[in-house]
Amino acid sequence: MKKDEVPQDESNLASANIKDMVYAVDENGDYTTELSTGWTPKTIALDNAIQIIEERIADAKKRVLENKTSPIEYYMEVHKMDLQILASYVGFWKWRVKRHFKPFVFKKLNKKKLQKYADVFEITIDQLKNIDG
Amino acid sequence: MADNLKIDFSHKQAAHCENGVVSNLMRHNGFEISEPMVFGIGSGLLFSYLPFIKVNFAPVFTYRVMPGLIFNRFAKRVGMKIKREKFSNPKTAKERLDRNLKNNNPVGLQVGVYQLTYFPEEYRFHFNAHNMVVYGKENGKYLISDPVMSDVTTLTEKELEKVRFAKGAFAPKGHIYYPTKFPEKLELETAIVKGIKQTCKDMTAPVPIVGVRAIKLVAKNIRKWPKKIGTKKANHYLGQIVRMQEEIGTGGGGFRYIYGAFLQEAAKVLNNPALFELSKEMTLIGDQWRDFAVDASRIYKNRSGQADGYNKIADQLEAIANKEEAFYKKLKKAV
Repeated sequence: MKKDEVPQDESNLASANIKDMVYAVDENGDYTTELSTGWTPKTIALDNAIQIIEERIADAKKRVLENKTSPIEYYMEVHKMDLQILASYVGFWKWRVKRHFKPFVFKKLNKKKLQKYADVFEITIDQLKNIDG
Repeated sequence: MADNLKIDFSHKQAAHCENGVVSNLMRHNGFEISEPMVFGIGSGLLFSYLPFIKVNFAPVFTYRVMPGLIFNRFAKRVGMKIKREKFSNPKTAKERLDRNLKNNNPVGLQVGVYQLTYFPEEYRFHFNAHNMVVYGKENGKYLISDPVMSDVTTLTEKELEKVRFAKGAFAPKGHIYYPTKFPEKLELETAIVKGIKQTCKDMTAPVPIVGVRAIKLVAKNIRKWPKKIGTKKANHYLGQIVRMQEEIGTGGGGFRYIYGAFLQEAAKVLNNPALFELSKEMTLIGDQWRDFAVDASRIYKNRSGQADGYNKIADQLEAIANKEEAFYKKLKKAV
């Protein structure tokens, strides 16, 4: 890639005032660095990944409202987590977290366990119990 | 410790975090070593495909070696020592960091990206192998030199603790590292040769999920994906290939351009013109990776599911694999 071919596409990097540093060759064929504002193929890939997460959040929300899963699963998706990551944050085994997804198990959880989840998601227990709250 | 403590540390932006931290720490200790040099000597270049491990609901593709390995190999090859520490207790981790700062020793840190407040929201995934340097503390805030940022920044004690104790795969566990012992003169020549040889060996390894063979395996799988897992998932997987290729700052050619820059610098140090020519070849391979990403992104942008689209990019990948295979064979002979 030549230095003047370094992509200067629009991306979300600008929102945080970040520019990518990229290695490219100058007119003499020598390697040098150039800053890039972003690159469309990557932005699209990122947007797609985020869209998938949003779909997962919407789906989890729907299932919470239908009483098919507990708000824990919804908040897990909101935080871009999977079972493995959530389990390591709360310090429970994966199968236990999965069990807490069951609405009737969730309703019986004691305050201590609820607090653990609330802390990880940085919300109150009330917010944890009520996803629209 | 006193509340205000600032080590004289010069921050320089880099394309990739681990190389950048090492390069900046080296400069702080009086050794001017470029980012590509760190990457090349540390044999950072790789390709690996782990279809059985899923991250963000897609298989793992990586274009570089495991976190930490670049610095370890670099240190060993140039004859210096590094110290690494991990902690189970955040309090001890903080004390150890503070003590190092007090001793005028800036340290490298492994951190998670998800809670990294100065990153754009869209970039904050549960990725735990980011690297930065902490070089002081002012008004209760840690002074941070993050190599992918153009300038230095700060994090509060709480914010830093969160990223140091992020959870999930590769959990950093407060990991800090810093060089402890340097040779009088860095033996760059032998280190470069060792680094290159290792990369050639890794990339041509007789293992299906590593190196050139892994690129071929991905190509083969891409052809099957639309039928086997459906268009939607296939496109998500393609997106993952491009996203991993494009970790912050690698310019579309994955890490290939950084390696090209390394070969060019190595050609001068070793006075070996063959490496200069190989650097040009690596640049072209980087360009091919870029073209691949552009074409792959067209598929997932249009959400088109035509099989010939997938076949076309699979052909592209195979061509890249063949080029790389020939390349590493030549490179091995050149040193």
